[in-house]
Amino acid sequence: MLLFYVLRRILAALPVMVLVAIIVFAALRLTPNDPATIMAGEDATEAQLEAIRVSMGLDQSILVQLGTWLQRLATGDLGVSLISGAPVLDLIGDRIGPTIALSTSSFLFTMMVAIPLGVLASRKPGHLVDRALMGLSTLGLSLPVFVIGYVLMYAFAISFRWLPVQGYEPLSSGFWAHAQRLIMPSLALSGAYIALVARMTRSSIIEVKGEDYIRTARAKGATETAILIRHALRNAAIPIVTVVGAGVASLITGVVVTESVFNLPGLGRLVVEAVLARDYPVIQALILLFSFIYILVNLIVDILYTVFDPRIRY
Amino acid sequence: MSSLQESGPIRREEAAPAGANAILRAALSSIPAWLAAVVMMCVVAMAVFAPLIATANPTAIAPAERLLGPTSAHFLGTDALGRDTFSRIVYGSRLSLTVGAGVTVFSVALGLVVGVFAGYFRAFDMVIMRVMDGLMAIPGILLAIALIALTGASLATVLVAITVPEVPRVVRLVRGVILSVRSEDFVEAAITLGSPIRRILWRHLIPSTVAPLTVQATFVFASAVLTESTLSFLGAGLPSEIPSWGNMMADGRMYFQLKPGLIFFPGFALAMTLLSVNIIGDVLRDRLDPKMEKRA
Repeated sequence: MLLFYVLRRILAALPVMVLVAIIVFAALRLTPNDPATIMAGEDATEAQLEAIRVSMGLDQSILVQLGTWLQRLATGDLGVSLISGAPVLDLIGDRIGPTIALSTSSFLFTMMVAIPLGVLASRKPGHLVDRALMGLSTLGLSLPVFVIGYVLMYAFAISFRWLPVQGYEPLSSGFWAHAQRLIMPSLALSGAYIALVARMTRSSIIEVKGEDYIRTARAKGATETAILIRHALRNAAIPIVTVVGAGVASLITGVVVTESVFNLPGLGRLVVEAVLARDYPVIQALILLFSFIYILVNLIVDILYTVFDPRIRY
Repeated sequence: MSSLQESGPIRREEAAPAGANAILRAALSSIPAWLAAVVMMCVVAMAVFAPLIATANPTAIAPAERLLGPTSAHFLGTDALGRDTFSRIVYGSRLSLTVGAGVTVFSVALGLVVGVFAGYFRAFDMVIMRVMDGLMAIPGILLAIALIALTGASLATVLVAITVPEVPRVVRLVRGVILSVRSEDFVEAAITLGSPIRRILWRHLIPSTVAPLTVQATFVFASAVLTESTLSFLGAGLPSEIPSWGNMMADGRMYFQLKPGLIFFPGFALAMTLLSVNIIGDVLRDRLDPKMEKRA
């Protein structure tokens, strides 16, 4: 039954993915730019431009182009960069390492910090600890990633010289070399995400604590810790998981900015470089990739619902 | 019928001041909210009276005075082209507030129309909501930088590019409210009595969206200001000679180790503005609509 549910969710996500592909294609094609000019340079002759247009299929009608593009997408063909001529898939492969490292470490850090903070704030709603933490969370939601990033850089890299200012080293050049360059970016990126998840943890635990089964558990003498872990957190999990999924959108935005601040050669830098160079195929592919990751994460969130809430059965 | 029509304008007159009062009372009844309101008024004053407050021309280049520290003439120093940092921050508030207000007005108006359409005329609901799902799945900042970089940056393209990703959230909110109010007895009664659609929309449905939309508008405003400065920071916003907080931070990146103030001063202005708007939004939400969660 669970398998059936999972399959159905995947089928429901597919039209959204196709729609995203069409929106991205339309949005980029409606802009008054000629990819052939970008590829050939400003001083190409009209005959050269025409040849490029024919070879890229740009002389076809817009609907035919959309069809061809969707067809290629379905087979995993993301096209070729207008600037370097390299397949977009290879470019992504070269640059995905730092992005995976940064997003994994930020995600883990967020979960380790945000849920305990949310639990702490929920113990005595309205008291000093709660107010202080919620104030901090408003601050976390308000500070732009690049402001946090530069404050951290100034403190830890320039004043104290504890960490390198910016840059990236792959895991293959040693764990510490790899990790020390990820500390500040992950902290900067996690700020807003921690605030979001901690808030949701707090409010859903407070809500759950008013339920009858918590009173029952308390009446039969369960310890506060047992109530928290076995009853409150488990039942508060669904809104928390939902906000974790929704927060992925801000995490993706944050990745683009953080990689620029700390000069990490990941997909976020790649998309900014591609935009500044007007490299259509790369821009299209990366926007799609990030959107699909968002859809995929939210698909996983939907499936996790059934794990956390046995009442949801399909 | 005639009695229903007569009661219309009277009730609306009663409703309007009560709503405005509730919003006013909500905004002014806590200390952080007061501080936030004061900061916002300062930022607005800065934008409106920029020529009076600024001590220098924000775009005047003076190579002899480049990268100065705080002096009596330039009390936040100068940037790499000798432009006065304080004056650029003052003028930068104009762009931030224009973009914030513009995007808020456009996305609330557009979202209201589309949301009412989806919520009331069920035939369009499915299609509209799937398109909104698709739009929401695309990271807004990526869509915005792509649109701006490819059409050329101008105030109009920046406004459009930031508005597009904000609309779906407003649509979802409005649609939800319309759906729940539509099934209320008094609306069913009005429909049964044969009230024209226009009256039902304006008398019964749209007024119930005002409170949640007011709250949402503050978050749209903050999000738009943040997105604009992020775009400029990434080099995909308005041309760098235009004073904007994001542009100033982008220009300051090369000299950060030498002159951290080039990033910290505009960053502080941006952070204080966002913090104030978010605090005001939180207070409004708690008072007007306690059940609504942030970033719905």
